[in-house]
Amino acid sequence: MKCLVTGGNVKVLGKAVHSLSRIGDELYLEPLEDGLSLRTVNSSRSAYACFLFAPLFFQQYQVATPDQDPARCKVLMKSFLSVFRSLAMLEKTVEKCCISLNGRSSRLVVQLHCKYGVRKIHNLSFQDCESLQAVFDPASCSHVLRAPARVLGEAVLPFPPALAEVTLGVVRGPRVILRSYLEEEEAVTAGVLRPMVTEMSLREEDFQELQAQEGVAITFCLKEFRGLLSFAESTNLSLSIHFDVPGRPAIFTVEDSLLDGHFVLATLSEPDSQPQGLGTPQLPAPPLQAPSTPHLDDFTSDDIDSFMIAMETTVGSDASRAQLPPSLSPGPQPPCSPDSNSEEAEPSTVPGTPPPKKFRSLFFGSILAPAYSPQGPSPVLAEDSEGEG
Amino acid sequence: MKFRAKIVDTACLNNFTRVSNMIAKLAKTCTLRISPDKLNFILLDKVANGGVSMWCELEQENFFNEFQMEGISEENNEIYIELTPENLSRALKTAQNARALKVKLTNKHFPCLTISIELLSISSSSRTVTHDIPIKVIPRKLWKDLQEPTVPESDVSIYLPVLKTMKSVVEKMKNISNHLIIEANLNGELNLKIETELVCVTTHFKDLGSPPLASESPSQSRNLEEMAEVRIDIRKFLQFLAGQQVNPTKALCNIVNNRVVHFDLLHEDVSLQYFIPALS
Repeated sequence: MKCLVTGGNVKVLGKAVHSLSRIGDELYLEPLEDGLSLRTVNSSRSAYACFLFAPLFFQQYQVATPDQDPARCKVLMKSFLSVFRSLAMLEKTVEKCCISLNGRSSRLVVQLHCKYGVRKIHNLSFQDCESLQAVFDPASCSHVLRAPARVLGEAVLPFPPALAEVTLGVVRGPRVILRSYLEEEEAVTAGVLRPMVTEMSLREEDFQELQAQEGVAITFCLKEFRGLLSFAESTNLSLSIHFDVPGRPAIFTVEDSLLDGHFVLATLSEPDSQPQGLGTPQLPAPPLQAPSTPHLDDFTSDDIDSFMIAMETTVGSDASRAQLPPSLSPGPQPPCSPDSNSEEAEPSTVPGTPPPKKFRSLFFGSILAPAYSPQGPSPVLAEDSEGEG
Repeated sequence: MKFRAKIVDTACLNNFTRVSNMIAKLAKTCTLRISPDKLNFILLDKVANGGVSMWCELEQENFFNEFQMEGISEENNEIYIELTPENLSRALKTAQNARALKVKLTNKHFPCLTISIELLSISSSSRTVTHDIPIKVIPRKLWKDLQEPTVPESDVSIYLPVLKTMKSVVEKMKNISNHLIIEANLNGELNLKIETELVCVTTHFKDLGSPPLASESPSQSRNLEEMAEVRIDIRKFLQFLAGQQVNPTKALCNIVNNRVVHFDLLHEDVSLQYFIPALS
């Protein structure tokens, strides 16, 4: 593998690494025919992120030298990030950046060619790995929001940095609201004043696309969202949010001709999330934990390991970016009735595509487990569908 | 009990933001008293605050374009609530380019002071941010503990030097000692002093002047050179200085020998009294 990045693109790459670093501790690099992909997943498997830089993004892009197999590898996020730590430095002094895989010395080599002939060479140790791929399909999500990153960036600005989750919803107007999500325990601590609840309300006009019924709402982690937002803001891109009923992952995407980025974040499954709860800031009382706290306890640790192994091995490089073929995906759906939702329980289990199904359950199994395992999927999904009514 | 108010003027909004930032620096939680013509931020003599008291007063009409309130009864036309000023300050931070700001008392599953801000945006569409600041309504029977503190008869009353200068001096002193001695006389001299086993540092301010009223008071019988002093917690003093972003039009320091130091700051539209007790 050899990739040469020049000019302003070095900073774009750096920014992408910064936003990935908000999620995972390991960075998966994979040179593909359609570009270099950088991926990561967080330790609780509740957030996954990937960037794909098209070959045109690079001045030179070589998947594999003739005597090499196309190689993918994973490196420590920390060490990769340190190469791109200072964005100002990247912008001011770095003229080009060359990323190559040195098979003989088993090092991932990142060379920064700076002004005045200074050259910084970082040799990072890496591990061979299988492809990391979450299975998700934005087209299968019934709701889509799209807005310039700046608009969304301004919208999350009022929220305190320490806030873990926000609720995103659509209310009458239609208006899109973002509200601080507080867990019940946080909310009622005797004797102490509760935390402040902040709500941002945006008009439809601020959005380039708003395809969601009133009353829908999801709750997700703010930190990861902010990561992607800062990337999208710096590159002046629009950000799309694809989401479905609470508890199903939300997909945040940015796209450009040279790159695309996908962040898949678990959303909080709230059996009692009522659409009208959005109008009046009632504090929801979810018995569930936040997505940031994995339900690892529900599984033995062995299971988690086998999840990881399965996840890393099931999909080969061919399928690694494969999403469900468009023809098979449910596509934008009309408001889901409870029935259609219970079909959603095993959503796109199209014959012949077992890996996606497996992935879905593996990937977000640990998150959905508390809702799913005790009662089985159907009741929960049926309940959630109240949100569509 | 009702309260709603509105600010549309940018200068007023900025002033109000400045006041709330100052209060946030001075107190973790405080009482807000709402009466028909003024607002008070109150912190009184709680042991948890190390005995520090604060009384901040602003005329509502200097800030609000609309102001409606209805106290708990006609004869007690006031509202006392407890809130975290940090929340207020954070809420107002988002109002920097606001078209309008509304404040009202609400009950959204818990009592709140709701700040809703109509933001200007580049497109003509309006955005609103709402902050629900949780509050506790203070019952009538506790009001008596929240009245304006009386200023004790002071031994020395003196104008303060520029607060920023004092702040940079005290900031350095804080690294050496936890206690600060403030001493002053009627001859316009003020000393900030720290003493440790190893070192004694004093900063002298001269020609500060005393308010005319004080010089006619009985304490006039005092020797002009005689110092009145008070030993206080240096962090409390620094906290007070750090809260002052704008130099006040009048800044007065009243020292009651070995008992308390009282600072009386007057801004254009806000007055702040701050009491730091002497350490025994």
